[in-house]
Amino acid sequence: MLLAYIKKISHLSSGFHSLRLISFLLFALTFLAFLLSDLAIHSASPLYEFSLMAQGFLNPQTISFDTLLPALYATLAFAFQGVMVAAVLGFLLSLLFRYFYIRVFAAFIRSIHELFWALLFIQITGLTPLTGFIAILIPFTGIFAKVFSEILDEVDKKPELSLNPQIKTFSLFLYTRVALAWPQMKGYLLYRLECGIRSSAILGFVGLPTLGFELESYFKQGFYAEAATLLYVFFILIASLKYLVKIPMLPIYTLAAFIYLPPIADISWPLISEFFKHEIVPTSLQEGNIPAFFNWLNMLWQTQIMDGLVNTLALSQLALALTGLISLLIFPFSSKLFAGKITRTVSQSSLIIMRSSPEYLLAFIGLLILGPSMLPAILALAIHNSAVIAHLVALQSQTLCFREDASKGINLYFFETLPRLYGSFLALLFYRWEVIVRETAILGMLGIPTLGFYIDSAFEEIRFDRAILLILVTAFLNILIDNIAVLLRKQMHFKQQPLSF
Amino acid sequence: MLFTMANQSLHYHNRLILKNLTLSINAGEKVAIIGASGAGKSTLLKSLREQHSKDLAWCPQQPGLVPMLSCHHNIYMGQLENHHFLANLRQLVLPSKPVKAAIYNVAQELEIEQQLKQASAALSGGQAQRCSIARAIYSQKDILLADEPLSALDFIQAQKVMRSLCQHFPTLVISLHNVELAINQCQRIIALKDGRILFDKPSSQVSPSDLTLVYN
Repeated sequence: MLLAYIKKISHLSSGFHSLRLISFLLFALTFLAFLLSDLAIHSASPLYEFSLMAQGFLNPQTISFDTLLPALYATLAFAFQGVMVAAVLGFLLSLLFRYFYIRVFAAFIRSIHELFWALLFIQITGLTPLTGFIAILIPFTGIFAKVFSEILDEVDKKPELSLNPQIKTFSLFLYTRVALAWPQMKGYLLYRLECGIRSSAILGFVGLPTLGFELESYFKQGFYAEAATLLYVFFILIASLKYLVKIPMLPIYTLAAFIYLPPIADISWPLISEFFKHEIVPTSLQEGNIPAFFNWLNMLWQTQIMDGLVNTLALSQLALALTGLISLLIFPFSSKLFAGKITRTVSQSSLIIMRSSPEYLLAFIGLLILGPSMLPAILALAIHNSAVIAHLVALQSQTLCFREDASKGINLYFFETLPRLYGSFLALLFYRWEVIVRETAILGMLGIPTLGFYIDSAFEEIRFDRAILLILVTAFLNILIDNIAVLLRKQMHFKQQPLSF
Repeated sequence: MLFTMANQSLHYHNRLILKNLTLSINAGEKVAIIGASGAGKSTLLKSLREQHSKDLAWCPQQPGLVPMLSCHHNIYMGQLENHHFLANLRQLVLPSKPVKAAIYNVAQELEIEQQLKQASAALSGGQAQRCSIARAIYSQKDILLADEPLSALDFIQAQKVMRSLCQHFPTLVISLHNVELAINQCQRIIALKDGRILFDKPSSQVSPSDLTLVYN
């Protein structure tokens, strides 16, 4: 009895102790990142550009259906094809998740961003519907495998144990685990579909015919009023998803997507074999010249990898800190504890818009206004991610119980609410950490010198061996961050996903 | 007259708990409320609290401490409403010397000065209860309403704490399951049973047969 009690105490105090330590580390790393980063505004007249854009967004211009509809349909088609097939494959993989190699495989394919997969497959299968489908399919399969296996592991085991053990394993599994996990899996599938549509839209930035393609060209030409219309359509689409997409209709939508845009491409097998045998293998390795290979590695490390890694980590650290800060500042406006009905409605709607905006697009717009530095990327990442966290923290704050004589307003926030929520807030922040690092690498393609910048340049220079190496470095970084985040969450005693995403 | 009730019925979760209640409590009185569990002591205290919620210290049955904050900060929370929020924020990050000293004195009186730096989640039941009492004392109000504030303390400790409370609060309404303590320290006893007041008299006039009636 006493022993259990002492254990409980030490468990709790070590929990709080590590919260404090983690907060301090977060602060110290942010300061370091601040010293390493370039946050200048390089645009000559940011306010002028911003006012032009604001005018455009206040006076959206109609655009022809000939431009809008094909882009919209292609966006939806890639998303439905990629996400739905990934869900099925991911589910099958999740059944095998007790095998180490399956877990490593899933971690690897999800550690490479869909835009990188797209860049890679454009080299093999060209700018075709097949490329769009595969670019979403591969990383989403890895994500589904991991999340489905977590959901299946966490269901109540009692129904399974109470059944006759002679029942065939698969039936048992289907009737107990899958049945119990189904509601959560359904919710996650719909959430991922929304992510898939965002990703699909962004694939336009590398040349596939989705909304991003049209958005990029309108923005680059300064046609802000037309870009605004396209963006509004995109927001309405995301906001109306929950009404338009119901689970029983998913197979129909998916089938329609495959009929509308069949994922086919003219595949030239000799070209593919050439790609894998020669183009992605460094010349030195092809010749068996190991010292030259190490020289090549060293050269890349000195000139690109180190710089890319430092910039990626510094930028993502600043984005993470700003995300945390903004979430803590804005969540009260969406919580019943602090805000009235009108404030809450306005705040919640803004959060929906903020989190429906893909980071890549926000960073792209930010770069147009502020010029090329880390600042627009940090702002973009913080805007998108803080909206996600603020929404979840606000929901959680409404479940807290206080004494009848609890204080009000700011005192309620700092003394009663924040201390109680701080642990789960940090856990949420670390969930987003992986997402932020993954996304930071990608933002390099917009010209900020993170890893993505060097990957994009390597593709442009048709140095595929270099591109593959840099992609592998990025993947390795993501896997590392993923594992550190899991470790930190265990330290803070948050084993499972706090609330659903 | 500080608290008054005339023919009032009290509900808890839409259930009638106490009916046709009539009583009045003056400033300066020390009143104990006794009764079997479920008799309506908490409901009565809650309703009394609503009459003067701003000017009294409140000690609910569940201490309701913020688990992540230290015992020191939980005690400080008794004074939150008296200070500007920036001052409160400063105390949260970096407690000032005078505040530390004042809280130390209260904690010492209740014998929890060793626990001041501990997170309140790590306190034992009795320590948490005393931390909640310390918050009430630190709030420096004239009236205390307390709902079984001593339930997790042993008799000797409960006696000491009760004496402290009587010293700090001129007016005190407290529900107690320890009848001996109630009679020794309070001048007036209100006994609840079957949804009504069984008796309401000076503690010197409470007889053993009265008490048998309360708990049977």
